[in-house]
Amino acid sequence: MDYFAQQLINGIALGSIYGLIAIGYTMVYGIVGMINFAHGDIFMIGGFIALISFLVLVSIGVTAVPVVLLLVLIVAMATTALYGWTVERIAYRPLRHSFRLAPMLSAIGMSFVLSNFSQVSQGARIKSIAPIITGGYTLFETGGFAVRLSNIQIFIVLTTVALLLAFSWLVGRTRLGRDMRACEQDQTMAALLGVDVDRTISMTFVIGAALASVAGLMYLLYYGVVDFFMGFVAGIKAFTAAVLGGIGSLPGAMLGGLAIGLIETFWAAYFSSEYKDVAAFSILIVVLIFLPTGLLGRPEVEKV
Amino acid sequence: MTDAPAPPLLTIRALRASYGKIAALKGVDLDVRAGEIVALIGANGAGKSTLMMTVFGRPRARDGRIAFDGRDITHLPTHLVARLRIAQAPEGRRIFPRMTVAENLKMGADATEASAADHAVDLERVLGLFPRLKERLTQRGGTLSGGEQQMLAIGRALMMRPRLLMLDEPSLGLAPLITRQIFDAIRTLNRRDGLTVLIVEQNANQALRLAHRGYVMVNGEITLSGEGRELLQRPEIRAAYLEGGRQRA
Ligand SMILES: Nc1ncnc2c1ncn2[C@@H]1O[C@H](COP(=O)(O)OP(=O)(O)OP(=O)(O)O)[C@@H](O)[C@H]1O
Ligand SMILES: [Mg+2]
Repeated sequence: MDYFAQQLINGIALGSIYGLIAIGYTMVYGIVGMINFAHGDIFMIGGFIALISFLVLVSIGVTAVPVVLLLVLIVAMATTALYGWTVERIAYRPLRHSFRLAPMLSAIGMSFVLSNFSQVSQGARIKSIAPIITGGYTLFETGGFAVRLSNIQIFIVLTTVALLLAFSWLVGRTRLGRDMRACEQDQTMAALLGVDVDRTISMTFVIGAALASVAGLMYLLYYGVVDFFMGFVAGIKAFTAAVLGGIGSLPGAMLGGLAIGLIETFWAAYFSSEYKDVAAFSILIVVLIFLPTGLLGRPEVEKV
Repeated sequence: MTDAPAPPLLTIRALRASYGKIAALKGVDLDVRAGEIVALIGANGAGKSTLMMTVFGRPRARDGRIAFDGRDITHLPTHLVARLRIAQAPEGRRIFPRMTVAENLKMGADATEASAADHAVDLERVLGLFPRLKERLTQRGGTLSGGEQQMLAIGRALMMRPRLLMLDEPSLGLAPLITRQIFDAIRTLNRRDGLTVLIVEQNANQALRLAHRGYVMVNGEITLSGEGRELLQRPEIRAAYLEGGRQRA
């Protein structure tokens, strides 16, 4: 029971990270109907920028943890957003009216570009960082097993909840959010109503990248390491999460992220950590067979 | 109509447009003057919807010129044409199905520079025109009936405070009573507020009665034009669009 509670906590923290990345996949799919395979690498770039910002801040003597975190968060979000914007601008927009597979191939290419760029500029070795958020609470303890909730886990979950609230407000209540939904449903009609479709699509990439950069920062804080390859594995899992939740559905992405985080954690805890990655994908295949539109996806027929 | 005609608000000259290799507009000339209601009639596939969409650059004009209020808009991006407050209730209505009625109307209001207070006034006016929408403000667009969607499409276009309103078959699929209401509303907006309207209709009889002037399009070309009631008397129009139409109906 205690062991179970501990895995639950760990799974939710990990799932939050996947969920934040998954939102980017699902948003882009919703609005331009393509899978942005470079999105995992945007997450990785976010992790690196967070790492570099930490090192720079520490070297210039900024050490108050809340200040450091806030600054790193802002720098990582802004810089990564710029990467997301640039990728869309140079690799996808020119191909938007080309044949259907063209942007996807371009996306796979961008994924290699970004990870090789990190490898060349940052080196192929794993980069680590000293723990920044330490400590935590022992929730309860029985028979020698303590269920712990670490401060970093609290940070991850609270930040995710805050971002989700801000993001829902943006999508549901602001003009930009309305424009994004309009472009998702009918780009021609959106343009007939004065919506700058290109700009709206750019903003979608920017927001998706900013959320992924926060996930990158969390990953760095949680595991203390980043490497140029981490975008691939995490990206595929987050993509799985987006499909599991129902691609195109924003709540679905978060739900799928949590599901993948929990499945992976429990699998590693109860069966074997060797096959934890396989577990997530096996579940995906099963879900797609019985629930092709995912948990919260809408059936195709409703699409107009 | 006054004796000295108002300057044209929309001027279309020698306009050509095509889908791939298929020519849809083969040199169209058409004017809409400020304060006018102009009807465009023609058989299925004549190119009426294409003409309305080409004003917005979808498809782009191959050749010819489109000017609005003296400004060449032939190559203007779609959203910038819309921001001149040329509003269209397009073919197929194109309601945002997963937005509420209120949000659909807000999409129209967003295209204007008007203040939130002005939007509230516009909203009241639109809901006054189409009271059915008022009871359904929080309902999703996709769940409205066909007629309600048509009202919403027109209402959304009106929220743009249009300088030119383009209606593509507003009566399609509507009960005669509702059609009459919509036509009455257009007439009222034109008389009271001087709203300029370009309307495409299958229902040539009603459209030509409503309009000051009319154009007849056949196979991507304008074959006839004139005052609405005068066109109604023309034997070729009666034969092609009125008597035949009545028999089919
Ligand atoms: N997207 C498209 N791709 C290819 N051809 C098209 C497209 N849209 C219209 N056409 C063709 O262009 C021609 C004109 O079509 P358009 O829709 O403008 O006719 P219309 O006068 O509005 O007809 P209706 O009264 O049936 O609405 C038709 O031959 C049609 O098949
Ligand atoms: Mg048509």
